[in-house]
Amino acid sequence: MNSKKWNTVATGILYFIAGVMILILAFLLIFILWNGLPHVSWHFLTTPARSFQTGGGIGIQLFNSFYLLFLAMLISIPISIGAGIYLSEYAKQNWLTSLIRTSIDILSSLPSIVVGLFGFLVFSIQAGLGFSILSGALALTVFNLPLLTRNVEESLNSISESQREAGLALGLSKWETVLRIIIPEALPGIVTGMILGAGRVFGEAAALIYTAGQSAPALDFTNWNPFYIASPLNPLRPAETLAVHIWKINSEGIMPDAAQVSAGASAVLIIAVLIFNFGARFISARVYGKMTGTK
Amino acid sequence: MLKKRILMLLGLFILVGTLTACQSGSNNGRSITAVGSSALQPLVEAVGENYTSAHSGNFINVQGGGTGTGLSQIQEGAVDIGNSDLYAEQKKGINAKKLVDHKVAVVGITPVINKQLAIKNLTKKQLIGIFTGDITNWQQVGGPDRTIVVINRAQGSGTRSTFERWALNGQSSLQAQEQDSTGMVRQIVSSTPGAISYMAFAYVDKTIKTVSVDNIQPTNKNVETNRWPIWSYEHMYTRGQPKGLTKDFIDYMMSDSVQEKVVGKLGYIPMSQMKTTRTLNDELHITK
Amino acid sequence: MHDDIKDSLLKKSRATRSEQRGRIISLTCTAIIVLIVVSIFYFVASKGLATFFSNKVNVWDFLSKSIWNPGSTDSHGSPQAGALPMIIGSFGVTLLSAIIATPFAIATAIFMTEISPNKGYKILQPVTELLVGIPSVVYGFIGLSVVVPFVRHTFGGTGFGILAGTFVLFVMILPTVTSMSVDALRAVPRYYREASLALGATRWQTIYKVVLRSATPGLATAVIFGMSRAFGEALAVQMVIGNAVLLPHNLISPASTLTSVLTMGMGNTVMGSAANNALWSLALLLLLMSLVFNLLINKIAKRGRI
Repeated sequence: MNSKKWNTVATGILYFIAGVMILILAFLLIFILWNGLPHVSWHFLTTPARSFQTGGGIGIQLFNSFYLLFLAMLISIPISIGAGIYLSEYAKQNWLTSLIRTSIDILSSLPSIVVGLFGFLVFSIQAGLGFSILSGALALTVFNLPLLTRNVEESLNSISESQREAGLALGLSKWETVLRIIIPEALPGIVTGMILGAGRVFGEAAALIYTAGQSAPALDFTNWNPFYIASPLNPLRPAETLAVHIWKINSEGIMPDAAQVSAGASAVLIIAVLIFNFGARFISARVYGKMTGTK
Repeated sequence: MLKKRILMLLGLFILVGTLTACQSGSNNGRSITAVGSSALQPLVEAVGENYTSAHSGNFINVQGGGTGTGLSQIQEGAVDIGNSDLYAEQKKGINAKKLVDHKVAVVGITPVINKQLAIKNLTKKQLIGIFTGDITNWQQVGGPDRTIVVINRAQGSGTRSTFERWALNGQSSLQAQEQDSTGMVRQIVSSTPGAISYMAFAYVDKTIKTVSVDNIQPTNKNVETNRWPIWSYEHMYTRGQPKGLTKDFIDYMMSDSVQEKVVGKLGYIPMSQMKTTRTLNDELHITK
Repeated sequence: MHDDIKDSLLKKSRATRSEQRGRIISLTCTAIIVLIVVSIFYFVASKGLATFFSNKVNVWDFLSKSIWNPGSTDSHGSPQAGALPMIIGSFGVTLLSAIIATPFAIATAIFMTEISPNKGYKILQPVTELLVGIPSVVYGFIGLSVVVPFVRHTFGGTGFGILAGTFVLFVMILPTVTSMSVDALRAVPRYYREASLALGATRWQTIYKVVLRSATPGLATAVIFGMSRAFGEALAVQMVIGNAVLLPHNLISPASTLTSVLTMGMGNTVMGSAANNALWSLALLLLLMSLVFNLLINKIAKRGRI
């Protein structure tokens, strides 16, 4: 039968393409890990970078990456959830809403270098934050918001209408329905979007070069007072992240082992994203179970 | 209630942020920011690291961004030091009168070629021919039959200005592949057959090779006596006379120990070694 | 006399109050985003338009001339800012990489949602999400050490050019487009599929005639996100495209994109100078083109809706 045959052929093609996709991805991962892992050691992960000698590590950059990610997500998650709720639940179908949607799309397609320069002029210079984690986090928020918002909106839209009706029928307000019923239901989708966003943030360099800066001053890991300038928690210190570090040593590094440090740092970056991903997946499953009572 | 907690945390952070902004006083350490030329960045960073470890509580933040960024930022007073490969007067849109120049080192710039090319020397005329597009095959300069691939630096970069001024006698080079950073140039020259470009001495490594020009070798000695004319000063500009930590740091940078131990080791040429000086108008003075 | 019952009836209920609060909170969040967009627009436009208003570059010259040297002036005394080579380069890599990536991404998404959701969820999804986290610098270096030599050996030339850029961007946007396509396909209600299968359609017929059709707007959004990512990608493309501001003769001659010239030049120009303003005009062009893209796709998506 013709349609049956087509079905088989099409399924075969789909299997093939999915296989090719996995191959491409596997090649990338193996390439990065193969080149980088031999240079990764405990020493490499914990020592500060050196600008012109061999044996530098990425300790401070690694910490900076996580801290910056934390701050950026802290700012962008609430805003994106709020905006996503508005677009999905409250917004009326009119020109204003479509204008808002279009502007979010445009924001998402902004080249990160433009976001970086915008952040540089507005946060670093106008707001006086200088080259700091905070201006970096704000720039990343700008960069991250559209994707997160879009994702929250889509996740909320995918929840069936009957859930909302059920909530309203129970006498909850729309807001409470969203908060108590829809969001927990949509949480896996939302968390996936957050992970993707976090991944982007983690690997972003262009937006950070002019905002969080390209230098990683030595940190004093015994002083956790956020006001002290060398404290790891100080949000106003300049902080080169791992991705920026890779970019920098590839472009202007003069340490003799720049290629090795860069390969090692790339591998660490991938592994960090990996751990982060699986962690978030695990947490998302747990949260979903707790909030919906399915487990 | 998760949301409330998140909002509270956010509020806390904004509070911390503003407090810190008001508080960045002396008791929490001093810091200055130097921005600009990526060619000078490694040096300032290295010296900054040394300074910080010798004087705890003082921080030198060094950012790249390019000569243009450095000069515009120092002009606006947004940073403490603007690093530049060029005299501020040579850059359009900069009012150099407000700025104070501190020449901290000299860099020599050399043409580099792909390793497979068996070329050791080019005459200046050949070099000009290659970079202006008149010579397109290595055969024309005594090499193998291979197309010349010119890798240029970005328009407005200090290295390119210096190279065009002193190696090409002021002629501007042809439209060709451009790269922004030395590391990329090195990578491309080393992997592309028939490639030629130029870079500061400090970045030359085993993956590429240098050529002499008119049989003069690109060495620090030849730069010091100006026999190798393709060099430029590295400038640190301040707005008005430096004060406080900025002054301390620049003094430290110019101190004999730093100039001798760090500057030379990184492949830059210490100011004290120069036997000639070159003024803004390209006049040469022999000092030693 | 104090009347408790009257009070409680006239007062806004708890639910109404929480509803108002919720509306305000979510509206504020949306307003923040819109504010950001407006300020970026204002900021880029005010800088980018200066080329035309204060440096007196003709808009048409900007779009149609191919000599880019905004630091120096032409015979009429206005800066030489012809952005045509970059415009062609940007469109070239974006369209080509989207054309290659779209079938791959949609096929993979179908595989993950319709054919083998289990394997898809367990293997493909983590891998795609992971790949989004690879910094563009790393992609650029893989491009430089693998793609460029490959293109050089296979097609000749120096290896740098639109083709190399296309390959790198294809891999870069693949995970984004895939995972968004997956979302779009998952959003198709289950009963659509069930109805189709119940009518006797094969799985492929169901996918092709029902699922894909009803997911078209979502898939279009996925592709546009991919394209905008490709369009705005700077660091990786800059490493493999060659950055020669020349009209590309073919796919393997060095070319340039708006972003590559923007990234390269920004640090080397002085804020407020003609050369710097010209770069901001490129940024403005990027903004406007992504606006056009978005409007176009919105139209397509509306037509595709059943």
